[in-house]
Amino acid sequence: MINASLKQLSAQLAAKKISSVELTQLYLDRIAALNPGLNAYITVNPEMSLAQAREADQRIAKSGASPFTGIPLAQKDIFCAKGWLTTCGSRMLHNFISPYDAHVIAQFNNAGAVNLGKTNMDEFAMGSSNETSHYGPVKNPWDKTRVPGGSSGGTAAAVAARLCAAATGTDTGGSIRQPAALCGISGLKPTYGVCSRYGMIAFASSLDQAGPMAKSAEDLALMLNVMAGFDERDSTSLQREKEDYARDLAKPLNGLRIGLPEEFFAEGLSGDVGQAVQAAIAEYKKLGATVVDISLPNSKLSVPVYYVLAPAEASSNLSRFDGVRYGYRAPEYSDLADMYEKSRAQGFGAEVKRRILIGTYVLSHGYYDAYYIKAQKIRRLIAQDFTDAFKQCDIIMGPTAPSTAFKLGEKGDDPVQMYLSDIYTIAVNLAGLPGMSIPCGFGANAMPVGLQIIGNYFDEARMLNAAHQYQLATDWHSRAPQGI
Amino acid sequence: MSLSIDDVKKVAQLARLAVTEQEAQTAHAQLSGIFGLIEEMRAVDTSGIEPMSHAQDVVQRLREDKVTEGNQREMFQQIAPQVESGLYLVPKVIE
Repeated sequence: MINASLKQLSAQLAAKKISSVELTQLYLDRIAALNPGLNAYITVNPEMSLAQAREADQRIAKSGASPFTGIPLAQKDIFCAKGWLTTCGSRMLHNFISPYDAHVIAQFNNAGAVNLGKTNMDEFAMGSSNETSHYGPVKNPWDKTRVPGGSSGGTAAAVAARLCAAATGTDTGGSIRQPAALCGISGLKPTYGVCSRYGMIAFASSLDQAGPMAKSAEDLALMLNVMAGFDERDSTSLQREKEDYARDLAKPLNGLRIGLPEEFFAEGLSGDVGQAVQAAIAEYKKLGATVVDISLPNSKLSVPVYYVLAPAEASSNLSRFDGVRYGYRAPEYSDLADMYEKSRAQGFGAEVKRRILIGTYVLSHGYYDAYYIKAQKIRRLIAQDFTDAFKQCDIIMGPTAPSTAFKLGEKGDDPVQMYLSDIYTIAVNLAGLPGMSIPCGFGANAMPVGLQIIGNYFDEARMLNAAHQYQLATDWHSRAPQGI
Repeated sequence: MSLSIDDVKKVAQLARLAVTEQEAQTAHAQLSGIFGLIEEMRAVDTSGIEPMSHAQDVVQRLREDKVTEGNQREMFQQIAPQVESGLYLVPKVIE
């Protein structure tokens, strides 16, 4: 049951071979047994989950069910869910019971899905290893001495350890794709604007995008069908025709032109990851695809550009946390300014404070043009590289991360080394393109390797097609860690 | 660019973050490393390039000027650190 696809679970529920209450209880029992060793969830609330499951069973009995009715999912703790503790991995929100639902949560509620709990994450989604969470690091289910990646590391670990049927993540610089790669699961960051950001706690608003994380590309397509859609409460939500992201899954790949960016296979890529990715490309050739060498000459600048733009937007977004209306307030203070300064100093962790300082600095008088405007100009050059590349190919492939999962604590003292773990993913966010990661083998220490697939704007269906066809021909995505 | 410890303290004050001397020193060392990375941008010729603030070329939608949210004060104030008679309490700012 725990390895079943969403389609299979849906069929079992519809045929009443299992009830949603039974399925939800199965996952709750697994969470109770395995989560203490993994720390993938920050909050579980069996009462609320089972209440949703009972409602789903009634809906199924009355035959008003959707494909998601009764399916137990996990939600990243960045999504506000009414009545649920929503911490965003921060002490600042340690007591924040959300009074409303994020759009993505509401979409799943309307479809009748069950919320199993809120998954652990880097604080305010700032991190690549899940070590910045106020609630402790998540352990990688393939090796508990290693990181799961971040920031959606709790979600990635929960899917890999089969502690949910599928789950949500968010991706600002690689936060869906990198943990998906490090935990051996599939994850998709859609085109910017496809999923509403309403109720998704903001980090860098021009880059943040929600997306699904699951055991297979087919499951991702079904999840995205629920998550995507116009929402007038997000001013950057795109008004587009509703589409079925699973419509092209069965298409053969004959004639698919895959672009391989030379910059993604250069110095900095570890050998084991390079080998697994090359083997995946060879598999794609067998499936009828052709390969073309491309160049993304400005992509090497994506890390410096990102570390100007994302902290700038974050420093503005996080100014709302002041200890007045909700969240953490320092116990002692002398006056209003002191209350702000102490509440923020005690409520935010070190990485978040670092990024607020960077952002405040690059936006301050005298530095705005040299840093912020300069970074926005290079952002356009980076986006233009992709536009040029897509004249020669249909899809771009390469590694998701430069190495497999590193050890907990290994990059703790050096922010710059940590930032470089997102070197292949960040450019995609800057351009606003869709990107995904699927498992394509194992590297050193038997840790999973992710293949990154980058599509043109709104080309999610084609990417999912390419990923699904690969998953029909290989079985990397169905491997699960031992001891789960 | 060289960032001084005083710059770090000034920026922390602008960002309303209390920092101790020790924290300012640690932040200074780490920020210097990060700005070392950021300095790579300088070598790029960006003359004539329009800044890109957003991934999609869209304009801000406008909506009709009508009330869409009801009064939910009681619910929202349930999670506030300190309220009295429907008001959020903060330290006195005017004597």
